[in-house]
Amino acid sequence: MKRIYLDNAATTQVAPEVLKAMGPYFSESYGNASSLHKEGTEAYDSLERARKIVANMIKANPNETIFTSGGSESDNLAIKGVAFNCGSGHIITSQIEHPAVLSTCNYLEKKGFNVTYLPVDKDGFVNPEDIRRVVRRDTILVTIMHANNEIGTIQPIDEIGKICKEKNILFHTDAVQSFGKIEIDVNKININLLSASSHKINGPKGIGCLFVRGAKLEPLVHGGPQEFETRAGTENVAGIVGFAKACEIAKINDKKMEKLRDKLINKLVKIKGCSLNGGRKNRLPNNVNVSFKNIEGEALLLKLDAVGIAASTGSACSTRSLKPSHVLTALGLTAEEAHGSLRLSLGRYTTEREIDYTVKEIKKAVGYLRELSPYKKI
Amino acid sequence: MTYSKKLLHYFYHPKNIGKLKDADGIGEVGNVNCGDVMKIYIKVQKAISGKNKEKEIIKDIKTETMGCAAAIATSSMITELAKGKTLEDAEKLDYYSIADALEGMPPGKLHCSVLATEALKKAIENYRKKKNPKRI
Repeated sequence: MKRIYLDNAATTQVAPEVLKAMGPYFSESYGNASSLHKEGTEAYDSLERARKIVANMIKANPNETIFTSGGSESDNLAIKGVAFNCGSGHIITSQIEHPAVLSTCNYLEKKGFNVTYLPVDKDGFVNPEDIRRVVRRDTILVTIMHANNEIGTIQPIDEIGKICKEKNILFHTDAVQSFGKIEIDVNKININLLSASSHKINGPKGIGCLFVRGAKLEPLVHGGPQEFETRAGTENVAGIVGFAKACEIAKINDKKMEKLRDKLINKLVKIKGCSLNGGRKNRLPNNVNVSFKNIEGEALLLKLDAVGIAASTGSACSTRSLKPSHVLTALGLTAEEAHGSLRLSLGRYTTEREIDYTVKEIKKAVGYLRELSPYKKI
Repeated sequence: MTYSKKLLHYFYHPKNIGKLKDADGIGEVGNVNCGDVMKIYIKVQKAISGKNKEKEIIKDIKTETMGCAAAIATSSMITELAKGKTLEDAEKLDYYSIADALEGMPPGKLHCSVLATEALKKAIENYRKKKNPKRI
């Protein structure tokens, strides 16, 4: 049976075009980009060609784009890089950030920095005016994600950027979920630092980038002078070339995907006891997140897995910590509602037939699990 | 976190599911906030033959569970383990005997098997109270 992969917010399939582009960099053009011989210069040229393509995705200059090992490293480099460069100060972030941002902020708190975690409204949006409210004289950085990985809400980064410029504070945004899916122009929006990742857009894992403009960063990896002396280590040329190819084939503001997303949402919310998490407006074209009353998300995920559908949940039972999703609880969902959550994230290869089959199977699984439980009626 | 094949089998094909209409004892544990609710129904009868002759045994047992795969599998497994046992022996079922029967459980999920033993104990307690309201 062909699997239906609806967990593209977790990771995506490497596109055949990407795989093909990467191939020669393992077998033929395997040189070290720092070497002076033919193999080395070939690698260097490919690296710099790729840098132009990746930078152009957000209309940045190539010399503002640092390659990293992925989204988590980019977030760490941006936040710790600024913090360690300043030595002390205050950071503003939100309660619904990815763990790569939240845990980094928690860590910096232990090191003596102060952090404010802004709340979100019931639809999952930060109010930019809240930044004005909490900003301090020693605020060194605002880090608010572009689009949320669980509920797909797109934060008002243009307004946040304006406030940061006005207050002369550096602004970092984790754009791992939005990069390559929705338009970002760093010349129109005031952004100093932006994290992106390759494997969320049909590129390989283990490669990402950090856009840097007007910010001084303390390196996290010391060694050679690679990546503008900000990130040491021999460049992952094959990965970088794959990342660039993924950028070239990425579909920005994909209307077809949006239509499939809306169809899926509309059909799911008709199921008894089903509600949408996160607002409908300003939502990533590939994100659906719903909660089912009196259903435990992990059980639903496994039932779907058994019929060939890969999904994800914010239920506490699916994690080692046994805590429900911090994003869903920040929206004001009760623990019970968070337990019954299911995330379906569409991808480049999702078809309408797959969506129809998924709706049918979710209905069946929800009905079956409710039948097993003491709460048969909603 | 991965589940054993046996646990997954009990999740996908749970045994003894549903209500017992003429149950002698009912036990319910957990709450919707914690994500798991288990309800166990038992039918008690005196054994007419065998080594437990004249002793009260669990003649029939069913469960209704809302929860994760581990919760559904453990409640299903405890019904199988308890069926035919004397009340005294059924009460002695502990969480690791269920975990063992399921060929292991992730450490974070052991509390599900604890819940299952508590639900069964409550059902037995409920039966005894009904039978002899003055006791305890």
